[in-house]
Amino acid sequence: MKRNIFHISNFRGLALGAAAVFMSACSGADRDEPETTAAPAADRGSTLAAVQQRGHIRCGASQGTVGFGSPDVNGYWRGIDVDTCRAVAAAVLGDRDKARFIPLTGQQRLTALQTGEIDLLPRTTTWTLLRDANGVNFTTPNFYDYTGFMLRRDKNVTELKDMKGASICIQTGSMPEVIFADISHKYELEMRPVIFDSVQATRQAFFSGRCDALITDASALASVRATLAKNPDDFIIIPANEEITPLTPAVRHGDDQWFDIVRFSIFAMLMGEQLGISQENVDEMLKSKDPTVQRFLGQEAGNGKALGLNEDWAYNIIKQVGNYSEVYDRNVGVDSPLQIERGLNRLYRDGGLMTPAPFY
Amino acid sequence: MTNDAPPKPVKPPVNWRLLGLQLAVVATVLLIFGWMLHNMFSNLAKRGIMVGFDYLERTARFPIAESVLDYTPADSFAWAITVGVANTLFISLIVIVLSTVLGVLLGLARRSTHPLAYGLASAFTDAIRNTPLVVQLLFWYGFITYGLPASAEAFNPAPGVFFTDRGLYFPSLRIDGAAWIFWLTIIMGGAFFVYAQRRAARETRKTGLKSGRRNLLIVPATIVAALIVWAVFGLTLDVSTPVLGRFNFGGGLLLSPEFVAIILGLVLYTTAFIGEIVRSGIGAVAKGQWEAGRAIGLSERQNLRFVIAPQALRIIVPPLTSQYINILKNSTLGLVVGYPELNFVIATTINQTGQAIEGVFILMVVFLSISIAASLLMNWYNSRIALTTR
Repeated sequence: MKRNIFHISNFRGLALGAAAVFMSACSGADRDEPETTAAPAADRGSTLAAVQQRGHIRCGASQGTVGFGSPDVNGYWRGIDVDTCRAVAAAVLGDRDKARFIPLTGQQRLTALQTGEIDLLPRTTTWTLLRDANGVNFTTPNFYDYTGFMLRRDKNVTELKDMKGASICIQTGSMPEVIFADISHKYELEMRPVIFDSVQATRQAFFSGRCDALITDASALASVRATLAKNPDDFIIIPANEEITPLTPAVRHGDDQWFDIVRFSIFAMLMGEQLGISQENVDEMLKSKDPTVQRFLGQEAGNGKALGLNEDWAYNIIKQVGNYSEVYDRNVGVDSPLQIERGLNRLYRDGGLMTPAPFY
Repeated sequence: MTNDAPPKPVKPPVNWRLLGLQLAVVATVLLIFGWMLHNMFSNLAKRGIMVGFDYLERTARFPIAESVLDYTPADSFAWAITVGVANTLFISLIVIVLSTVLGVLLGLARRSTHPLAYGLASAFTDAIRNTPLVVQLLFWYGFITYGLPASAEAFNPAPGVFFTDRGLYFPSLRIDGAAWIFWLTIIMGGAFFVYAQRRAARETRKTGLKSGRRNLLIVPATIVAALIVWAVFGLTLDVSTPVLGRFNFGGGLLLSPEFVAIILGLVLYTTAFIGEIVRSGIGAVAKGQWEAGRAIGLSERQNLRFVIAPQALRIIVPPLTSQYINILKNSTLGLVVGYPELNFVIATTINQTGQAIEGVFILMVVFLSISIAASLLMNWYNSRIALTTR
């Protein structure tokens, strides 16, 4: 993976802030026009119409977190967040590749969603009260994560208490920043923060020896370890606290239909796993006598119409993207370099937290 | 004599057409801004984005790596931003002082006839001025974090001094007890000395006789007074040397790699520009002034000090003002190397709260105020040293 220390993403952040002011200032006059402008109105159903008219869906993406969202060697975006976006594209437009990915910094992402630059934000964003209340809606988690520290194994640290006085590399504008402050204060660890604006600079500083530990989502740590460490076995990851952070794709306030579509696109992947329907056997399953399967795959009409989609929307998701276990294993699980255990992300049935709402 | 009085300036007639045109332009600009503001607020409301400054009172919760003012994550956003402003002013002041001193030396070196001094100064100026500041900052940051050894193998040039990839450690001195009385004594002594010197200079100008020889006695007197205060109030000197702990050195004075990188980068960059301003300022003083100075028997040094410098300053100060403001603005690049100046704190605040518009607004207002204050100050100084014309 390329690392770029000449990264000054913050200017983009500020520019975006300024652009947000400018854009919202400019798009005021002609509200009656159909959704041709970059900033769609937040009326019911307008996002779906805008996406259909445009012919592709725009998703906020990370600046390169392998396993969650990053382009591969051919420039094709891959990751669990990327597949979430592709699932929505498959449901709405019938083609998983009618999705475009816009890399955003942690700082830009919420503004980009609010101003209409993107339709959907599946970008390792933790569902929190303040974010939820301040203008975005979180659909349903596509990954349950926790916050962790990554350290060199030879530092002989096994628990938080061993880390007294350590220097910690942190990326600004992230939940770990706050969690760091909280635990450092709570356990009187007197840890020294070293804070950067860009993901790359933070990781670079950690590997250069500027810090003893790197704090961020455990999944991202696994991704960093798998891709950037010379020898991944030299590093360990320990939990920073007992909280679970649900990484949840978000949409704008005010468009309930779009909210439902995104949420049930994620549910569809979970339901696929629950019903044992995979990319491979989905065509066979079309002939299934099970009414639940028939309803799910749209053989029995109703679900699609209710969401404003074609009846084969869930079929398209499973056929083109796969069910949740396929998506997980391929991107972050056993078939990926990250090797993150399913853990909390197993179905409820299997002892995890994942469970779809019924498709009635 | 009365016949030769200059004619009164004739007031030109008011050009109504021109005035009307100007008014129309101003009105149009105001209208466009008003229209955009109106749209902005209605669109923000439509999208459910809250606008307001209420969040400033909330607890910030995020850490700030280093600051001049005390800060904990339990403080408010408003205080976090204040801490950012203080950090910005802190590094700007350090850079202004250092780069002015070095810039003057560089400017003089560029005028030197000595080939080595001239050559080195020119090479430095060209290298620094022709590469982007961001690249230089990243270079210095990389130089420290990659070029210096880890804490365990710290480079130890002098006792108690350690250079590591975690920063530069020095022993620190701290006065335990009521230190302010000690400092007050020294400051009062210093102020008295300055006062006495100025009085003596006035006396010399009036009478032409040397005076104020005994003023120098004030210096030892102040030191004795300070030592008495030290003994009476039972002050003690606390020397703290850095000691390697499990992860980092503890104690002593730490200059973090972030701080060193931003100071080093900005000082070198600005020095190159100030050097050119000084060089051109001196070069702009007419050759005749040098010759005149020599003719009345001044040494080259005296000539520079009493004849050339006062005239060169008039040319140097206005561009120097804009360099100082540039330093202030360039300090926002602290974010690139992780130094928490105002821009960095605002970026974090925006991220934690989502209040981008307010954050950018605060950033603009603060920088505008500081810049205007700085240029007012420099304009005042400029008018003081300017040629008095009648």
